[in-house]
Amino acid sequence: MKYDVVVIGAGPGGSLAARTCAEKGLSVLLVEKRQEIGAPVRCAEGIGKKDLQRFVEIDRKFIAAEVIGAKIYAPDGTEITLTEEMAGNEVGYVLERKIFDRHLARLAAKAGADVMVKTTAVGMERTRDGVKVKLRRMGEEFDVECKIVIGADGVESRVAKWAGIDTTLKLDEIESCVQYLMTGIDFDPEYCHFWFGNNIAPGGYVWLFPKGNGSANVGIGVMPALANKSPKDYLDEFVDNHFPDGKIVEVVAGAVPVKGEIETAVADNVMLVGDAARHADPITGGGIANAMKAGYYAGIVAAEAIQKGDYSAKTLRKYDELWKNDFGKDLARKRKLQQKLIKMDDETLNKIMHSLAKCKLEEISVKAIIKEVLKKHPKLLWDLKDLFL
Amino acid sequence: MGMPKKRVIVNRYRCAYCGACIAVCKFNANELVETFLMIDEEKCNGCGICVKVCPMNALEVVS
Ligand SMILES: Cc1cc2nc3c(=O)[nH]c(=O)nc-3n(C[C@H](O)[C@H](O)[C@H](O)COP(=O)(O)OP(=O)(O)OC[C@H]3O[C@@H](n4cnc5c(N)ncnc54)[C@H](O)[C@@H]3O)c2cc1C
Ligand code: SF4
Ligand code: SF4
Repeated sequence: MKYDVVVIGAGPGGSLAARTCAEKGLSVLLVEKRQEIGAPVRCAEGIGKKDLQRFVEIDRKFIAAEVIGAKIYAPDGTEITLTEEMAGNEVGYVLERKIFDRHLARLAAKAGADVMVKTTAVGMERTRDGVKVKLRRMGEEFDVECKIVIGADGVESRVAKWAGIDTTLKLDEIESCVQYLMTGIDFDPEYCHFWFGNNIAPGGYVWLFPKGNGSANVGIGVMPALANKSPKDYLDEFVDNHFPDGKIVEVVAGAVPVKGEIETAVADNVMLVGDAARHADPITGGGIANAMKAGYYAGIVAAEAIQKGDYSAKTLRKYDELWKNDFGKDLARKRKLQQKLIKMDDETLNKIMHSLAKCKLEEISVKAIIKEVLKKHPKLLWDLKDLFL
Repeated sequence: MGMPKKRVIVNRYRCAYCGACIAVCKFNANELVETFLMIDEEKCNGCGICVKVCPMNALEVVS
């Protein structure tokens, strides 16, 4: 079997990459090790409206809920409601990723990509003019030849290691997460909710994202370097305190890379996209949007490289430029902000959050929030002011 | 030499196949095969980094 491009991993990053390659006329194979694309879910499923619209037409079948703002809860329990100046508009969606991820893979297939599920990439070897990818399906191994490999294999990426890009995460470069899908709980379904505090979720936060019909994703991310018990223990404590009567109907575990911008996501014949390239946001932990953008850029650059007949790291470097210009710098400054926030005690966090009460934000984003905080407490984040203003 | 070798073991009833442990292992000693965690006893040196990152408390270092 021979293809121009093999994409490893059918999350949002891989599916966008495969679809873009196919739309540009390349022959492309998308391989996914799970038997069902999108399941089990490892996500809280929140995404900004604009980010979603950039690559797909909104379809009700993969939208579980819409939200108009965020409510944050300071360590002392104070509730602060954040809405945009143009209040009332929905600012974000909560997806049904089991359906969304499959929809994206189907769009790739429709554009002409071949798709193989229950097929794991187990190795790769450079040949004279390309790459041999070793695949394993139901216990049987076989090879596929290609010119370019796109590693979209998520937080547990192996492709990076095969390509010689070290993306191993340290204990302060990862958020360890657990989430319950809960019913029978009381919350305002028009908002996403966030709880902060060093005893609640050290180095992270607790979230509640509405999923329609009175249900919600209630989850936690903690930084293992700062935690003194497991995320599940922290979450169970939170749930006992806030939603003692709720019913848990699904359990999700996962991890988000929060390393910030990596130096390069490219090697000879290889590009990494999404969580594999540590593209998730170090502050919010959101990674769907960046994975889709990266997948798109990798597809564009793959098409150019194939046309040139040159798959060297030097040519593929164009991809680094594209993702770094789009969101790489943002990852770098969010990492700096994170390093600052994780050192703050609850008292300081309280002070910061109280200062956000009653303010109308130009948009609900970390940047807009930091701008507000800088106005009110310039000293707290002084050394970051040039990054965010 | 002669010292009992340390290694990590997984409690399959707790593991929720999330991949966190793989992202932090420097020694390529673990792998998520579809939704099944495998630990390579040869490569694992029992450093315990993955134990700290596991959201489900599913890993344990043993001798
Ligand atoms: C608990 C939790 C909550 C989150 N909440 C949000 C949120 O609300 N909003 C948001 O934007 N982001 C969120 N994220 C992050 C988001 O889920 C990821 O950033 C996003 O899924 C990354 O997409 P991806 O395509 O890079 O990788 P993934 O979606 O992880 O896809 C990678 C795919 O590759 C496959 N794969 C891996 N290795 C191989 C192999 N060797 N062979 C074949 N296939 C392979 C995997 O099975 C997987 O399907 C959350 C993450 C977690 C853990
Ligand atoms: S104990 Fe250390 S070497 Fe063994 S699997 Fe865990 S991280 Fe890897
Ligand atoms: S980190 Fe824990 S829950 Fe996740 S795959 Fe490893 S052992 Fe399983």
